[in-house]
Amino acid sequence: MSEYYKNLASKIRDRFGHAVSDCHVAYGELTLVVDKVDLIDVATALRDEADFACEEVMDVCGVDYLDFGNGAWEGPRFAVAYQLISLKNNHRIRLKVFVDGEPPILDSVIGVWAGANWYEREAFDLYGIVFAGHPDLRRILTDYGFIGHPFRKDFPLSGNVEMRYDPEQQRVIYEPVSIELRINQPRTIPDDHRYANRHKDEGVVDG
Amino acid sequence: MAEIRNYTLNFGPQHPAAHGVLRLVLEMDGEVIQRADPHVGLLHRATEKLAEYKPYNQSIPYMDRLDYVSMMCNEHGYVLALERLLGIEAPLRAQYIRVMFDEITRILNHLMWLGTHALDVGAMTVFLYCFREREDLMDMYEAVSGARMHAAYYRPGGLYRDLPEQMPQYATNKYKSAKDVKRQNENRQGSLLDFIENFISRFPGYVDEYETLLTDNRIWKQRTVGIGVVSPERAMQLSFTGPMLRGSGIEWDLRKKQPYEVYERMDFDIPVGTNGDCYDRYLVRVEEMRQSTRIIKQCVDWLRQNPGSVMLDDHKLAPPKRETMKHDMESLIHHFKLFTEGYNLPVGEAYAAIEHPKGEFGIYLVSDGANKPYRLKIRAPGFPHLAAMDEMAKGHMLADVVAIIGTMDIVFGEIDR
Repeated sequence: MSEYYKNLASKIRDRFGHAVSDCHVAYGELTLVVDKVDLIDVATALRDEADFACEEVMDVCGVDYLDFGNGAWEGPRFAVAYQLISLKNNHRIRLKVFVDGEPPILDSVIGVWAGANWYEREAFDLYGIVFAGHPDLRRILTDYGFIGHPFRKDFPLSGNVEMRYDPEQQRVIYEPVSIELRINQPRTIPDDHRYANRHKDEGVVDG
Repeated sequence: MAEIRNYTLNFGPQHPAAHGVLRLVLEMDGEVIQRADPHVGLLHRATEKLAEYKPYNQSIPYMDRLDYVSMMCNEHGYVLALERLLGIEAPLRAQYIRVMFDEITRILNHLMWLGTHALDVGAMTVFLYCFREREDLMDMYEAVSGARMHAAYYRPGGLYRDLPEQMPQYATNKYKSAKDVKRQNENRQGSLLDFIENFISRFPGYVDEYETLLTDNRIWKQRTVGIGVVSPERAMQLSFTGPMLRGSGIEWDLRKKQPYEVYERMDFDIPVGTNGDCYDRYLVRVEEMRQSTRIIKQCVDWLRQNPGSVMLDDHKLAPPKRETMKHDMESLIHHFKLFTEGYNLPVGEAYAAIEHPKGEFGIYLVSDGANKPYRLKIRAPGFPHLAAMDEMAKGHMLADVVAIIGTMDIVFGEIDR
């Protein structure tokens, strides 16, 4: 399977040229990083051209790279990952787009895959990534009137506000959280020699 | 009489046919749906964010609680993503047990779906029949993991433990007479595998019972044939997977097309619908239950003949034996490290998908080399299905919305996450 993906990766590199900034196979999966201005062109080509034929988008999700490697990250802060699948050719392609700015703005792929609709709403809700051209970009998972984008790395796990019913005012009121965040096990990145040469064995192809 | 035709109707979130906490805002023209706007997120628990603050193994129980009617399949997706990044594979026996329990879970899920779908549409009896069989399936869960629903049985590198030699039995109490208990324990005399084999020999007969009640039932057909039709092209556009895709006539099943574990050794068929309506999806799911019994039978036969280990012998991932911890310092250290710090994954990202009873369940895992996930994204199969609600319900009557919710096999644990 890995051979197949390496061939596919070289086809993608030939076809898209400079639009693709990185295209590699790792862990038996093909990842393709494109520039955000080329997103719609690349997505349309991936859907329509017989070599790729990705008819379905399985998943769209945001990633916030703020704390990646405990702050070792230097690229743009946000990424959107599209998991594409071709039922005809039976392969998967992961399309990634990095995006920066506040708010981060990206073109919507609804015109290419209608199924991306709610996924983009979710990425907007949780990460604040704005999808230009989305017909109905509302919050989806968080509460009505929620403030902030909860999956960003600088949003605390315990949230900012808590709610309770106030018997005097006879309504639900919001207050700053009273609980303290408790993390039992610290996050550690040990220097693991077992993984040091992993990528060489896997034969990762650079773009 | 007042001439008001257009109005907005609020459906749920506390409605028995909403399968949990779905709030639907329906724009109606008389009794015809103009636009359906599902409001989700009422069960949002931020599972993905919580997982970012825990060592990998501690998130396995969260997976059970996503789609709480097909628990082990969720675990399977998560464990496969971890295994892909770790570069390991479970022992063969563990793979067979996983496949067997995935199929048990599929039956468990489809029985729940069939029961509630039929109940929503107005058939009471099917619900009672389905829950009778679910009881036996949950006993299998309990025998193997100790929990009837939230099993936490799959681990990266294998399973928590091997199948028990003795199927647990009922005991008498002040509500249960010795006679009742004897009848209940009749097919629990042997091992778990005996119990499973006994169940799958009975189960096709039970499926016949459900089909007698529904397949040619005039009312059932009136309520489902031609309702919520999705063309194959639209199904692909809308990211449908699983029975929703197969009901529209596309032969796509990850168990066949991208086989994981030992599915390529299994002999089974993929049922496919033709019209893409609620009735075809019903037929597909019922046939899937029959196919699942075939797979379980093959697993049981293999497992009887091939005893062995169900977990890798790597103490970075698997806890050491209790006895060895009493005298071996290394084991004690491994045990302590595994249950506090856990293990770390190499830098990278993986997307592992399995054929969940509802469709494709995927885990997208981004690791930065830490002992906790950097980003965990759960691709829940129900999410894009519910997103297509507007398209499927448009032009149908209000009562058909209930049938469409039923046919989607909606569970809010996975949609809201």
